[in-house]
Amino acid sequence: MSIKGKAYIAGIYEHPTRLALGKTLPQLHAELAKGALADAGLSKDDIDAYYCAGDAPGMGGIDMIEYMGLNNVRQIDSTETGGSSYVLHVNHAAQAIAAGHCKVALITLAGRPAADAKEGMMFRMGGETPSASGFEQPFRPTIVNMYAMCAQRHMYEYGTTSEQLAWIKVAASHHAQHNEHALRREVVTVEDVVNSPIVASPLHRYDCCVITDGGGAVIVVAPEIMKKLKRPAVKILGAGEAPKHLMAGKVDLTYSGARWSGPKAFEEAGVTQKDIKYASIYDSFTITVLETLEDLGFCEKGKGGKFVSDGNLISGVGKLPFNTDGGGLCSNHPGNRGGMTKVLEAVRQIRGEAHPKVQVPNCDIALAHGTGGLLGARMGSATVILGNQDS
Amino acid sequence: MSEAKPKAKIRAPKVNFETKAFWDATAQGKLNVGKCDDCGQNYYYPRPLCPFCFSDKTRLLECTGKGVIYTYSVTMGKEPYTIAYVTLDEGPTILTNIVECDFAKLAIGQKVKLVFYDTGEGSAMPMFTVA
Repeated sequence: MSIKGKAYIAGIYEHPTRLALGKTLPQLHAELAKGALADAGLSKDDIDAYYCAGDAPGMGGIDMIEYMGLNNVRQIDSTETGGSSYVLHVNHAAQAIAAGHCKVALITLAGRPAADAKEGMMFRMGGETPSASGFEQPFRPTIVNMYAMCAQRHMYEYGTTSEQLAWIKVAASHHAQHNEHALRREVVTVEDVVNSPIVASPLHRYDCCVITDGGGAVIVVAPEIMKKLKRPAVKILGAGEAPKHLMAGKVDLTYSGARWSGPKAFEEAGVTQKDIKYASIYDSFTITVLETLEDLGFCEKGKGGKFVSDGNLISGVGKLPFNTDGGGLCSNHPGNRGGMTKVLEAVRQIRGEAHPKVQVPNCDIALAHGTGGLLGARMGSATVILGNQDS
Repeated sequence: MSEAKPKAKIRAPKVNFETKAFWDATAQGKLNVGKCDDCGQNYYYPRPLCPFCFSDKTRLLECTGKGVIYTYSVTMGKEPYTIAYVTLDEGPTILTNIVECDFAKLAIGQKVKLVFYDTGEGSAMPMFTVA
């Protein structure tokens, strides 16, 4: 797709300072954003895409998106190519706009090497993370307790139980028994899960994923290349992405960014939840799966507990086979990042190459979903919908 | 599962230009949120540009120290501790610890009040106990 004539530059801003004493790096990014918006005559809420490079503090663009209070971002790119990054970002933004993914893309670059030199370690020790880790780290957040608080709130609002969460682990274990590479292949019961030790209430040890090394890779090619290859074609039908954060104190831990990434992916793919034969759902913890399934619309918000119960996620048994490789809960969560393996198993299912015991018959359309960061604070959610040649 | 006082060493926050006024105030026993004089909203954590309307007409607003538990989790181990989000009477929900109480009796919606713990580094951590 050509970007010729498909996008325009509407606003620019150069920061007047040349020595930013007393200003932090994230503050500079925010001031630059404000200046460019004013130049364009747009408001902060108009921004639906954010681009930054390695100069932006925090995790990709997520921390800056939270810091600036950007609540409508549906396209993120933190491609890092040094000083040329921002030229490249203009191109990426134009491509994304031409493809209809966004309408108002913000690109920021900020630095303070001169002030760093004068102020030394005071800045370095305090300001690198705009999410102001000072407001969080002293209270001893861990990955587990930051997800556990989501589970606690979900239980409070919707009556979700530990037994219902346990069904998610049970389903994963039923699949893992057939995966010779899975770290944990033993089939577990609901009782096994709820009787395993509490790590951070209300989550038990078996509510947590495994810790493993390794990884994965994917090669994406153009249609004309695919035609020349012998492997079954796996078509990318649609995708969506969205950050979610603490909304400056308007905290709601009962949903994830899947609430926004999912509908966009479904719309682009032109399919509905009923068309999905198999789903890879990011499973760092059981609660991650439960909230994600609700947010993707596989069931009503708050009804996830009932939806996952009684083996509904087990291939050959339930209505929505999930994580047929055993998922992160039993098989693999390499480098503490489970998104890659979610894509891999969805591809196996579309190709018909999952283990025969868990292969979904006629799996023409599958979904893979990733959750990066912390469900209990800030995250980047991503959904992709894949199909076979005829989809 | 109760505690008289937090047993672990109180960790000091990382402080920068933006957050120094907030942390200096904690040493005086004051908890602040951000307040925007343009859109009128309170927010947390404080930052120079309002995260709701981008105005720079922002300031710190001292809180009463009263709130309710939005959610919590007891992390197990030799010395269990409770992390929580507390919704302040002023509006924002903030990350904190619940201390000096019976963790087994905690509940979402429970009223809590502010207690400070000195970090020994010119700041104090705002934590909460049952009201």
